[in-house]
Parts: sequence; structure tokens; C-alpha cells
Amino acid sequence: MTGALCPRRVSCSIEGATKTPLMSLARSPLIPGLIVLVAGLCLASLVVGPAPIAILTALKALVSDQGAASIVVREIRLPRTLLALMIGWVFGLSGAGLQGLLRNPLADTAVFGAPQAAAFGAVLVIYSGLIGTLSWALPFAAIAGALLSIALVVAVAGKNATIVVLVLAGLAVGSLAGAGTSLAISLSPNPFAVTEIVFWLLGSFEDRSMVHVLLAAPFILFASLLILKASSGLRALALGEETARSLGTDVARLRGLIVAGAAIGTGASVAVAGSIGFVGLVAPHLVRPFVGYDPARTLVPAGLAGAALLLAADCTVRLIPSGAEVKVGVLTALIGVPFFLWVIARRKAELVETPA
Amino acid sequence: MKRLEVRSLAVDLGPSRALQGIDLSLEPGCLTALIGPNGAGKTTLLRAMAGLVRPSAGEVALNGTPIARMPASERARAIAYLPQGGGVAWPLPVAKVVALGRLPFGERPEELPAKGREAVEAALRAVALEGFESRPATSLSGGERARMLLARALATQAPVLLADEPVAALDPRHQLIVLEVLKARARAGATVVAILHDLNLAARFADRIVLLDQGKVEVSGLPETVLTEAHLGSSFGIRARVTREEAGLLVLAQGPLPDP
Repeated sequence: MTGALCPRRVSCSIEGATKTPLMSLARSPLIPGLIVLVAGLCLASLVVGPAPIAILTALKALVSDQGAASIVVREIRLPRTLLALMIGWVFGLSGAGLQGLLRNPLADTAVFGAPQAAAFGAVLVIYSGLIGTLSWALPFAAIAGALLSIALVVAVAGKNATIVVLVLAGLAVGSLAGAGTSLAISLSPNPFAVTEIVFWLLGSFEDRSMVHVLLAAPFILFASLLILKASSGLRALALGEETARSLGTDVARLRGLIVAGAAIGTGASVAVAGSIGFVGLVAPHLVRPFVGYDPARTLVPAGLAGAALLLAADCTVRLIPSGAEVKVGVLTALIGVPFFLWVIARRKAELVETPA
Repeated sequence: MKRLEVRSLAVDLGPSRALQGIDLSLEPGCLTALIGPNGAGKTTLLRAMAGLVRPSAGEVALNGTPIARMPASERARAIAYLPQGGGVAWPLPVAKVVALGRLPFGERPEELPAKGREAVEAALRAVALEGFESRPATSLSGGERARMLLARALATQAPVLLADEPVAALDPRHQLIVLEVLKARARAGATVVAILHDLNLAARFADRIVLLDQGKVEVSGLPETVLTEAHLGSSFGIRARVTREEAGLLVLAQGPLPDP
């Protein structure tokens, strides 16, 4: 009775032990392949930079004292590597989660104005002058900003909003947060705070320490758990909210998990690395064809692809010959925005009427 | 075999009352057609029967158990619901979309147990979509997509099947195919309710017809009891001739009545 479900079955096998094409996908080398890629890029991220360090030396420097090499690798490069890994992962995961939730391939935290709002939340805290960029309050402020923006967009757009309404609402919320940030900068009595805010807003992993890693890690871990918990419900949601509910899926809980996860992940990331956009938009697209477009199975590969993208981008900015290092947030926007436009151009016919 | 009972049901949508004083008993083995003019509350009633809207008063019960008190997964195993004009967001393979009907049993589409696989295959066979298993759902024509979504609802093999306009936007041949599938489910012992706009299809396929008007049951019963010239005039506002042909009732709408 399994024949009809497994047209791609290649060899004859015992009845009942046959695999559907979907099952064989579970064994596809996508996730292991992505892990190898991410590991390779992590290594590259430890090696690439102004001070040339051989791969073997870099690895040895991680575990034993290799003099200057150890300082460079452990103090300067390892925090960058870990931050790019974590933040790329959570951006890819959030993007895939939001795209699955809204059943729309253009959804991303950036489209909701969440990074701008997270930045505004963080800027408000820095602006107060009481707290530097290395405080536990920073992620909380950024997360509050991100949560507020996503909640505002969802509230304004309503339940059955089309993607046009969502994007417009996101644009408005993002602009408002941007204006708030500009206001804080222009009113700041403290020139040091201004410089700090401006540089941090550009989005970079430069000069980050293990403190930044430790600051963001718990939040990113928590955000990942929330989003992964929602994974199986995303499948039912592919058929629309009504059908998902009739299949026993708690859609409100699903929405809460993903929105909270995306906001916490974005907030924590923005708090330690500034605004880095569009990774979450691009990553799910790269992996979706390999998982049969299953929104649940897109999550983990999208996270890994996000990590790979951000690690690669961070290596690239170190290789670009320029006086000051190009900010990684600038690079991801330069690559991500044309990609965004390309997706819109390809899907514009359906975007007109697809409810989100 | 499950009897679905609607007891003194009222539903408010926002400030307005969508349904009021609905009492119905839907029998296993019967295909019941829900008919009525636009805005009569047909979809709201079907959603209430599926447990998707909270009643303001009254209840819907399955074999005596109020569905509001059933856990979501148990309700999902007992009642399959096919919304109107649904789509699939991603180009998932057809077999996987249909396999989503097994989610209430906790069966994941990529590792269906034998029972789930059989249910999916039987559902695909019922709607004549064998051979479409690995086609992307988004590449199907309107008729194929409607049949795939019906197969998804059939795959649950729930004792109650609720379908909201399952034949809207289908060509005559596919309308007949889908209604024959629903009828066969009823004959196999399921309680089947379908919202239909085509009165002739309702007359031909339904065992019982419920005529809904302005949130109330105007009349319910056998097709010949419900589909009378008087009822069609008062509820639909049309001048119609109902004749009895060899194949069943024939409703010929002749023109709209002037606004009362």
C-alpha cells in the first residue's frame, strides 16, 4: 500500500519498510552539509584578519598559550566568530519562523521594523547616560523595543492583513523608531554618547568581547527554544489559520511563540551587535527548496544558513581593503536589499492578493 | 458513528448577532446540505459546529459531549473541517498536504505509520488524485486543488465532516465528483454537512436540507419539504418553479422578487 506514496522509490524493499520521498529527505545531507560549512567558516573567521595566523596555529592558540596569536584569536577573533554564529543563527531561525507564521516569503524582523525599534530601545538606555553599551539592561531594552514594534505592526495590520498592509505598517513603525533614535542623537548633550550610538547603530562585530557573547547568549538560546517549539504547528498553518485550528493547532500560542522568539532574538542581537538586517530574509530562501518547502523543516537549516551568511559577511568585511573596516550591517544590507527586491519582482503577482 | 447536535445555539460576531436559537440534530449516515442567502450565517454555523467560534449561548455536542469541553486534538480527530476556498502557502508536495490531515493523531507527514499512509492513499484515491503525490500543491489547477484539500479533510477519517462550499468555483464535472465523494463518506457512516449554493445539487445529493435565513433555521428536513416555491420566495427573494423530475427535484429560478 505504500507504492502510491513513494514514486521515487528506487529499489524494491520489504512491504512496510518502504520510504516516502519525504522520509528520504530526512536523510538528505542538508543539515550535516550546512554544519560542515558553518564549521569551516568559523575556522576561517579565526584565521582571517589583519594579523595573518595559520589555521593550525589558530586552532592551537584556542586551547594552549601561543603568545600573541592566542591573544588575537581568543580575545579578538573568537568573540566575533561566536557572535556572528549566534546572531546569524537566530536571524535565520526568526526569519524562517516569521515567514512560516505569516505564510509569506517576504516576512522578516527587518520588515516589521524590529531591528530599528530594538535599536531605539537600546539607544534610549544608552542616552540616559547611566548605562554603557555593556550592561544587562541593554538587551532588555532592545528586546522591549523589538516586541513593541512587532506587536504594534500585528495590531495595526490586523489578523488577515495582506502583505502590503504588513510591510506598510512595518515601514511606519521602523520609521518612527528611526526618528526616535535620530531625536535622541540630536538632543544628546553628551558627544561621547553620540559617537557610541552612531557607531553601534551601524552594526558590527568589531571590538566585541566575550562579555558581549555572554550578554546575548542566554537570550538567543531562549529565543531559539521558543521558535523551535513552534515548528510542528507551522506545517498545519501552511493550510491557513482556520484549517490549522480545525486540526487541533493552537494558533494563538504558535503566534506568541514565534513573535516572542523573533523579538527576543532580534533584541538581544541588536543589543550587542547593532543593526544587522536581511539575514533572516535571505537565509530561509536559500534552504527552502532542499526541504520540500516544508515550513517546519526550514527552521534549523535556515538558522545554519543564517550563521554561514553572517560568518562569511564578517570574514568579507575584514578582507575588504579600506581604511576603517566596513561595518558588517552595511554589507548585509547591500546584499540583502537587492535580494529583497528580486523576491518582490519575482512574486509581485501573488503579493497583490495573498493575505498574510 | 457520531451524532452532531446543535442546541439553542447563538453566536455573536462583534456587536451583531450572527446566529440565534439554532437547534439541529445531524445524523450519522446523512449528507446534510446547508443552504441560505448570502449573510444568512451558514459559514458561522459550520465554524461553530467545528468548534472554531465560541457560542454566545447554547452548545454543539458530539454524541452528548459538548465539543467546547473536548481537548483540541480529540475534537480534531472527531471533526474534519474544510474551509471555503482554502489554499496552500508553500509548494508542498500533494501527498504531504493530504498527510496534514493526520496531524490530529500526532502523525508527522514524513514518518506516517501504516494506518496513516493507508488513510492518505485512500483519500487521494477517493478524489481521483492518484499520481499527483509529488506534484507541488501550488502547481495544481483550481479543480485539482479543491480535490486535494478535500482529500486532506478525508484523510483524518473523522466521523464528522464539515465542508464550506466544497463545490464553489468547480466545473460541473468536478462538482459531481466532489459531491459523490461526500455522499460516499456519509453512506460509510459519517455525519457530513456541506454548505451548497446550487439548489439543484442540494436537491440531488442531500439527504436533508437546512435552510438558514437571517441567522435562524427557516426550515429543515427532506429536500421536498425545504425546497418549495414559498420558501425560495421568502428566504432567497426569488421567483422559482420547483418541479419533480424523474431524477429528483428541479429548481428553476425565474427572477428576483421586488424588495419587500
